[in-house]
Amino acid sequence: MRFYEYESRRIVERAGIPVTRYGFCTTADEARAAAASIDGPVVVKSQVLTGGRMKAGGVKFADTADEAAEHAAAILELEIGGHMPVGVLVDPKAEVDQEYYAAVLWDARAKRPMMLFSDMGGIDIEQVAEEHPDHVGRAHLSNLHPIADFRAKETVARCGMTGSELGRAGRVLAALARLQRDYDMTLAEINPLARLSDGSFVALDAHMEMEDEAVGRHKAMLTEIGVDLGEPRELYEPSEFERNVKAIDAADHRGVIQGKDHGFTGNLGLVIGAGGGSLTLTDAVRSQGGKPANYAEIGGNPSVAKSCGLAKQVLGKDGVEKIAVMMSIVSNTRVDIVARGVIKACLELGKDPAETIAIFRIPGAWEDEGAKILDKYGVEYVDRSVSMWDAAGMAVRKVQG
Amino acid sequence: MSVLLHKDFTFIVQGITGREAVNLTRECLDFGSKIVAGVTPGRKGREVHGVPVFDTVEQAVAHHGAPIDGAVATVPPAFTKDAVFEAIENGIKLIVVVTERIPRRDVAEMVELAGERGARIIGPNCLGLIAPGVAKMGGIGGPAKDAAKAYVPGPVGVMSRSGGMTTEISSTLTAAGLGVSTAISIGGDAIIGSTYAELMPLFEEDPQTEAIVIYTEPGGRMEAELVEWREAAGSKMPIVAFMAGRFMDDEEMQGMSFGHAGTIVEGVEDSATEKIARLEAAVIPVVERIDEIPDRVKEALGR
Repeated sequence: MRFYEYESRRIVERAGIPVTRYGFCTTADEARAAAASIDGPVVVKSQVLTGGRMKAGGVKFADTADEAAEHAAAILELEIGGHMPVGVLVDPKAEVDQEYYAAVLWDARAKRPMMLFSDMGGIDIEQVAEEHPDHVGRAHLSNLHPIADFRAKETVARCGMTGSELGRAGRVLAALARLQRDYDMTLAEINPLARLSDGSFVALDAHMEMEDEAVGRHKAMLTEIGVDLGEPRELYEPSEFERNVKAIDAADHRGVIQGKDHGFTGNLGLVIGAGGGSLTLTDAVRSQGGKPANYAEIGGNPSVAKSCGLAKQVLGKDGVEKIAVMMSIVSNTRVDIVARGVIKACLELGKDPAETIAIFRIPGAWEDEGAKILDKYGVEYVDRSVSMWDAAGMAVRKVQG
Repeated sequence: MSVLLHKDFTFIVQGITGREAVNLTRECLDFGSKIVAGVTPGRKGREVHGVPVFDTVEQAVAHHGAPIDGAVATVPPAFTKDAVFEAIENGIKLIVVVTERIPRRDVAEMVELAGERGARIIGPNCLGLIAPGVAKMGGIGGPAKDAAKAYVPGPVGVMSRSGGMTTEISSTLTAAGLGVSTAISIGGDAIIGSTYAELMPLFEEDPQTEAIVIYTEPGGRMEAELVEWREAAGSKMPIVAFMAGRFMDDEEMQGMSFGHAGTIVEGVEDSATEKIARLEAAVIPVVERIDEIPDRVKEALGR
């Protein structure tokens, strides 16, 4: 789950990390009031789930409350990378002496979280790591043992920091590490972390991402910071096809189906599964000149209704001429049930299964029953002796005529 | 010989009274595996296909009267970590975690505890492992008669991030007259108990294994780790790789996740193109088709 900046700030604040006195506003009037109460120059920032805000004009500076309101009005109407903002953040323009970078993220290879700290904040950390490795401190954290403050201090000290800054920055990093663990963040980043002219540290911007699998155990915190748990936070707006397939899947607990068509525009519909099999078959279709209309997964042991539902959605997409029904060797999927489902989909849409189903390759349970049904409707099928690649090729040639 | 499993290998099934677990137990028993007990808290006294059920792993070990070698954990995601801790703390050294959608932190905790206790985790989000003619541990290959069809003993070790593709690849090796020493479904998540590089030393020591086939996908850095291990160990065992999900390299697919939880491209190094280049630079051929695998293996073995 991704968070808006204002939510990330609330999370950071709850963990005891100081932030500036920001205001989250959804109207120009609220922005004016927030700027007036700050009583000084402010920054107005678009609250949108995408990067590149500065470049797109989603971050503006204002000297007066009226100017802040004007900017807010414009930014609230500004779409960035296909996303409309949910509001703006009005933040005091801080008197910054120096910017730092602090983050805790997963190192999958070490199978542990890793702390990262740099005294060159505000810029791309990968570039800093490349060009100034001595300015980046890193350390892994145990998953089992308590997070010790000294580990964070060591990490900060590794980029050459000392004096009162060392203790202050170390405390921020330790708090960030605990927050990352406590709330299952896949990324907990403060960039920039700023030292103000009075020597204090504040988080000027924060970026948090919570692992989707863990959202369920953090409902209390999420509700407290005002997150609407029903709001989809996808990278892009789900298509009608994607929403429909999701609804069909949710309506029946037997088996699992998935469908995606973002970025797919071809004429060969795919009813394929699952996981690795879907990736392999999508590649096999494309490598042989085919144009998939979608990505799909069928797995477990789906009911007739579910197989039929997925096939219907695929067949209902614009430009789809035929569908290919293919899986890797599966043990727990009943071939006859999938066959019944996809044939039913064709018939209900007034299509001839023999014409519409380019190929059927599901080596699995109840194969003989499946073959009988497919024979009856004249659908071409192959067994495990025909490879996934060859089955995909047969489908491609059929759709190309 | 085989890797990890042997004829007398004993294991328990945690969550044995669940629907999938009941099937898995049947399949493993039919294949000749030695399941000595099952555990489901609150269900002590029942039997699943003749296997006695206990409330705790401690009771299962006491009933068996000797250390138990392994555990298959198939319990809901919220309880998996505790179940795995329980297995580890009762002296079990090999735990196959079938459950999917477990938060990464929980997986990392299990893996760290396993490391401290000298135990090994396979998975999560996997189908387990199979040594043809010896035993199978998990749902891999399905019912015993289907598993026996796809998996015959042979010289090739298989490691795969996809459970289903483990069987597809092994079936292809079997059909080509090669066969499999041990096939391991390592799991599709971002963090897993045993990676290619962590399992390689076992295959290297196994007298039966002469070559390795890996199935891989975009996401993660496990291939880079494998390449580094191979160079550091000076291993000459031939490896053939198959990479699925090349289509994810397309611009419009950036940042999207397909298939497994771990299959999300988060950086340049995660992409299919980058991984293929890395593997091929290390003289690990990456084939485009599953049916090319047997020939590549035969070439490498000089057959």
